[in-house]
Amino acid sequence: MNQIQRQTTNVLMAGVGGQGVLLASEALALAALADGMEAKQSEVHGVAQRGGSVVSHVRFGQRVYSPLIRCGEADVLYAAERLEALRYAHYLRPRGRIVLNDHVLKPIQLPDEPEQPYPEAIPEFLRGKGYEVDLIPALEIALELGEKRCANVVLLGALSTRLDLSDQAWRSGLEKRVPERILTLNLEAFARGRGLVSASAG
Amino acid sequence: MEVGSQTRQETKVGSKAKKKSVAKKELMSGNEAIARGAWEAGVHFVTGYPGTPSTEILETVATYEDIEAEWSANEKVALDVGMGISLAGQRALVTMKHVGVNVAADSLMVYPYAGCIGGLVLISADDPGMHSSQNEQDNRYFAKFAKVPLLEPMDPQEAKDFVAIAFELSERYETPVMLRTTTRISHAKGIVELGERVSVETKEYQTDIPRFLVPPFARKRRPTVEERLKRLAGFSETFEYNRIDEGDPKIGVIASGVAYQYAREVLPDATYFRLGMAFPFPAEKARAFCERFETVYVIEEGEPFVEESLRLHGITNIVGKEKVPLMGELNPEILANVLHGTPIPTSHAAEIAIPPRPPLFCLGCPHRAVFYVLKRMMNQNVVALGDIGCYTLGGLPPYSSMQTSFCMGASVGNALGFSMASRENRKHKAVGIIGDGTFLHGGIPGLLDMACKQINSTLVICDNSTTAMTGQQENPATGKATNGEPTHKVDLVELVKALGIEHIGIVDPYDLKKMRQTLEEAIDHTGPSVVFSRHKCLMLKEERAKVREPIQLLSEQCNLCKACHALGCPAIEWSDTEGPIIDEVQCVGCEMCAELCKPNALVMPEMLQ
Repeated sequence: MNQIQRQTTNVLMAGVGGQGVLLASEALALAALADGMEAKQSEVHGVAQRGGSVVSHVRFGQRVYSPLIRCGEADVLYAAERLEALRYAHYLRPRGRIVLNDHVLKPIQLPDEPEQPYPEAIPEFLRGKGYEVDLIPALEIALELGEKRCANVVLLGALSTRLDLSDQAWRSGLEKRVPERILTLNLEAFARGRGLVSASAG
Repeated sequence: MEVGSQTRQETKVGSKAKKKSVAKKELMSGNEAIARGAWEAGVHFVTGYPGTPSTEILETVATYEDIEAEWSANEKVALDVGMGISLAGQRALVTMKHVGVNVAADSLMVYPYAGCIGGLVLISADDPGMHSSQNEQDNRYFAKFAKVPLLEPMDPQEAKDFVAIAFELSERYETPVMLRTTTRISHAKGIVELGERVSVETKEYQTDIPRFLVPPFARKRRPTVEERLKRLAGFSETFEYNRIDEGDPKIGVIASGVAYQYAREVLPDATYFRLGMAFPFPAEKARAFCERFETVYVIEEGEPFVEESLRLHGITNIVGKEKVPLMGELNPEILANVLHGTPIPTSHAAEIAIPPRPPLFCLGCPHRAVFYVLKRMMNQNVVALGDIGCYTLGGLPPYSSMQTSFCMGASVGNALGFSMASRENRKHKAVGIIGDGTFLHGGIPGLLDMACKQINSTLVICDNSTTAMTGQQENPATGKATNGEPTHKVDLVELVKALGIEHIGIVDPYDLKKMRQTLEEAIDHTGPSVVFSRHKCLMLKEERAKVREPIQLLSEQCNLCKACHALGCPAIEWSDTEGPIIDEVQCVGCEMCAELCKPNALVMPEMLQ
């Protein structure tokens, strides 16, 4: 056995229905496959998805058993929205990392129901809990690119700097999952996200 | 010879799906893998009824050229059609969610008495944890109840491979086979190694009345079922997927389904007896396995199905449901908790409020109008008895006006019964609420009874021209076949008339006033009545394609009355100082809020010109 034994990497991906979390998580799983690893991904469909919070588990490594990340063992949390980062942060291992889209989507305030204010200072709270937080202006960059719907891929680019996968693997993952007519835009979005974190980290 | 290996040795002839045969390995969900498995197994037809988590199997098959895939009116019809295909000597895969098997059970319980000619495989996709279901129901018991073999894959690769095995078993033992998945098999993706399609010959149907005309010959056929199970038990003992993976000689684990994967995370070094086929139960292999250990963990999601089989065979050195929870979905952290005492991390909600994001009606959903109106009729003693579909959300805030929901089609009989019991004093006015798809699935016989009973009783059919909840599948009233080709379209109004309903109201619910008026007329009508609340689901492709202008607010006209806010529309945020803040990106311009706005502060853009 000359192969390097690699631990399983656990990435939890959360957001709100319609933010493209599932596309991003499949692109990640496909990228891991392209790098010769085993990958598993799990999410829930159906009524749980309508307007609600969305969560997808992605695991990759030499040998992956469970399609679900064990709560408390996620290495990275990809969060497409602030409140969703808060909702799922406890899935992270101690001092785990959150790649967070700096974006607020307030849950609807229902008539005749008690008001539920949107929590303030979420990144600060999460840092206070010991998590590493990369606050990414993914939506802002996506708007610069002229398509707010590619914020998920900008954020994926930012996530990529925190994972050990090759450039070609990421490209392959995106090529397989993103429709051809918007591939160029998404590759650009990915590159912008990838450049962002390495610039701020450096 | 192993059953699994036979198919792979056969060579394919004249396969058409060239694209699919190029790639060797793909990332696939369990459902996509089952669809692929059906293709590789030379399946001729796939029938089914949509239901989470089973839906994508048939939807994926429908993209293949070589297999005919068709949604049925309900699960029993799907299985009956599958039986017909099997009788005619071809291979049929039938797909449904766990509760669908309840509907199909009448046929499932009897067909094993006759047995298959062409292979017949039933997919039961169970939903532990009830992500999208009304109950938690472990359908492994259904396999045992119907006395048919049960296969349970542990990952998408096995989900694919088990389809071919199931068909070979079905034909060799002349029995339907249940292939049972759960949410984390059906909707989890993993690597799947692909194979080629085998060509399967049509077997000859031959008249055999003592075999296929079950009732008069049932007593004669009865022993056949038991003899078959005995032979299948022998198969189960040597089945390659009922196998032992050696590990730590001191820790023994028996596991099946996705629970095996969770167990592997928590007890990585144990010796495993993996059960790919838990019924008929490989008792002797299990006994020999358990004799090697002081205690064996039985790790299964849901009911103690394997555990009961072990105890039935006198194997008692086991730990099962006394530790592993019986309710809800299993996962690695629960298992680590019950086996090792590892605490389960809790969310940060104790320190910071985390508001929920409950599921809501979509933007512009016509159901919103129905329940907005119904809520305002509750003070008239209207009791809305509901059904299964997106409209179940009408029972949750801010509408809270649908008061019951049980299972497909129940609303009609429930409303009739409620009306019968309260007809003397009319203390309650019962109204059944059902969607077009659900009505066609299971509501028609109930309405027939309602018509014949001739008492005051009302059914509202929320007709959005699709099977919305599971993702806009075609149904007999959409006029399109599963492949999108035009076909016969049942006229729902004519159907309801033909059943004997004379008072029929038809209304577009976006017109809230008329909606209320139509409902009141129907409820006050002497005798049975039906109201069609008719507006297309906005998630339909053709509806999505429409250009929709967002509503505009004329701030100076707004009197802050909050009437628009009461709609519970996700595109309206309320500000006590500014009134409604319309999210122009989200707003689809359904104009329901404009209709409610007395000072005419909410208007469509064309009104501004």
